[in-house]
Amino acid sequence: MLRLNKLKAFSARFYSELFRMEPTVREPNSCCSTASSDITNPTGISPIYRTVSLALLLLTVWVLIYSSLVPLAESLFKLVPLERQTMAGEAVYFFLYEVPKVLLLLTLVVFVMGVVRTFFSPERTRSILARQGGVWSNIPAAMLGIVTPFCSCSAVPLFIGFLTAGVPLGVTLSFLISAPMVNEIALALLFGLFGWKIALLYLTLGLLVAIVSGIVIGRLQLEHLVEDWVLEMPRVAAEDNAVGLTWTERFAAGYEAVSDIVGKVWPYLLLGIGVGAGIHGYVPENFMASLMGKETWWSVPLAVIIGIPMYSNAAGIIPVVEALLGKGAALGTVLAFMMSVIALSLPEMIILRKVLKPKLIAIFVTVVGSGILLVGYVFNAVL
Amino acid sequence: MKIQVLGKGCSKCELTEKLIQQTATKLGVQIELEKVHDMQQIVAMGVMSTPAVAIDGKVVHSGRIPQQEQITAWLTGKEK
Repeated sequence: MLRLNKLKAFSARFYSELFRMEPTVREPNSCCSTASSDITNPTGISPIYRTVSLALLLLTVWVLIYSSLVPLAESLFKLVPLERQTMAGEAVYFFLYEVPKVLLLLTLVVFVMGVVRTFFSPERTRSILARQGGVWSNIPAAMLGIVTPFCSCSAVPLFIGFLTAGVPLGVTLSFLISAPMVNEIALALLFGLFGWKIALLYLTLGLLVAIVSGIVIGRLQLEHLVEDWVLEMPRVAAEDNAVGLTWTERFAAGYEAVSDIVGKVWPYLLLGIGVGAGIHGYVPENFMASLMGKETWWSVPLAVIIGIPMYSNAAGIIPVVEALLGKGAALGTVLAFMMSVIALSLPEMIILRKVLKPKLIAIFVTVVGSGILLVGYVFNAVL
Repeated sequence: MKIQVLGKGCSKCELTEKLIQQTATKLGVQIELEKVHDMQQIVAMGVMSTPAVAIDGKVVHSGRIPQQEQITAWLTGKEK
């Protein structure tokens, strides 16, 4: 009860802060949902108050579950007729502990990103990048790739939209490399399974690969390798005339992202953690050392070459990779494999083929692949 | 009223089409629903993220599945 009262007092303070940020005059053509809910709302509570209270309540529940993951997994494990010391027991416990943990982290990160993304529409990102110029714009391009809503099915209109508004090819590609590679699913899973250091490392290196690859392709001046019909498209102004959203709408977008993304990836997550659990329990220690260890120089290129045509989302691949790491695989090799699986995939190449000539796709894969290769080697050498 | 749903190959675009058709039938509004799959045409209309919706040639929405209230507002002409 005390907790609830505290929560209410806190959310009331929060509410007054947020309310000041609300636009006071709303354009008539902006979405009508909040205006109408004000009228129909029988309790008379402002929607922003309800939104923030609900979010804080859910966050409290989240923290409570997250802080009791170990007892939760232990009590669940008691229902299984297995001993912890056996191989099967080890695998089952791993599964029971990791699944709720990773699901919780994923939910929180996806929600936060869902809210953050309401501030960055593709139109806004385009207008930022079109205004900028020179070699430095590859850096914001890669960073905006993380926060701009992106789905591979709209990669082509996005590509053309950027180019026709005057964003250079290399800068556009920096964006298109980082958007799928450094995504919230990968970061949440890396954070959950490997810890924040590896997550941060992946974020930094992913951005670096995207920035450098974009700069290299920009320097090579390959505009003529973009399909002709794209170059013949009329130039457009990079305007961003989006209407501001209310916080209620932003939070709603967050919940929508959770049901959309978590609802889609959880089977892969279960499968990935299941396979990972099997590896944890059954594969002997140091088994991977000879295959993916530091000493084997060919393991990094092999990992990248196997990884490029593979198409698995981060949710499926990261738990497996984490298990391999525990069995003696080298971190650089593992990171390189992960990046090439997530960043370069066959379906993506087929989509991009509509706007890029085959030669440019080959150069694209080579440049990004080399970047990833370099990351793998540097890591194996340093760590 | 001519409504165009822009976007190809994603389940969200198909869902958008279905939602609009259903709402129109429910409200008894006569609409001409056109699916725009051609990438060149989509880009020419200035759309960067699909699904997008255009009414009488003007893009009113892009990037997500429209909400039920939005569709109702378009069809009843309360939102221009």
